[in-house]
Amino acid sequence: MSALTPGFRGGRRTVSDRVPPGQYLTEGFPVLSAGPTPVVDTGEWSFTVVNEVGERVSWDWAAFSRLPHESPTVDIHCVTRWSKLDTTWRGVSVDTLLAEVATAADFAVVHSVDGYTANVPLQDLTDGQAWVVTGYEGAPLAAEHGGPARFLVPHLYFWKSAKWVSGITLHDEDQPGFWERAGYHDYGDPWLEQRYQSGW
Amino acid sequence: MDHFVDGNALAGSLRQVFRPDITTAEARCAGCGAVRPVADFRVYTAAPGAVARCAACGQVTLQLVQSPGALWLGMSGLSYLRFPPPGR
Repeated sequence: MSALTPGFRGGRRTVSDRVPPGQYLTEGFPVLSAGPTPVVDTGEWSFTVVNEVGERVSWDWAAFSRLPHESPTVDIHCVTRWSKLDTTWRGVSVDTLLAEVATAADFAVVHSVDGYTANVPLQDLTDGQAWVVTGYEGAPLAAEHGGPARFLVPHLYFWKSAKWVSGITLHDEDQPGFWERAGYHDYGDPWLEQRYQSGW
Repeated sequence: MDHFVDGNALAGSLRQVFRPDITTAEARCAGCGAVRPVADFRVYTAAPGAVARCAACGQVTLQLVQSPGALWLGMSGLSYLRFPPPGR
């Protein structure tokens, strides 16, 4: 696929500029999962942030729905080598959630209802870089894609964007997550092809 | 006195473990304690690696990740593997 426009001299990025090394574009939305799709009832769902000294703040579905929402359009990159451009989501910025919590932590772990975890430096979750999303392309987020709520941190490989999220814990020390303990890179920058742990 | 030898002393015994087919070995799930053959695991492969789960409780028992330079085997969800004696 040639996306370069001959003679184009503007500042706009071309499609090929938006695909990290080693990735291919897909129009579909592949479903990856490390287990069965959990059934999560919004009547029982909650999202909890726990800071590094154990203080907690939680939102049930109704309270979460009343938080200010955003509709980010972002490119996503799966470590299994597919990338998808211009995906539009609806959800709450992690900035909004963290505003309710006092923290000096440097690291976060995102938790899912099925026990899945992913670690992300806290500085990668702030300043409009990450969301908890409940909608995708104008519809409620389907269960197979992590509904009713999943994480979205699109500048890192998509395994960091945990499905079926239940909360974030904040830590002074880095705590590798589900895939990071099994050989995947601790940080996961797609532009640097940080797929596996260094040297492997 | 602290008497030990290095890991090479395990070579003979571990040769019985790391052999071509371990699916007949019995695995104890660290979550629920169920003991079943490895072949009974439920394995999910539509993922960045292969994930094996206990058929009784669903907890992750094994993770396999193949990188260009290595094969990673995570076993934190297993208490043990029990192997039938050779020739059985």
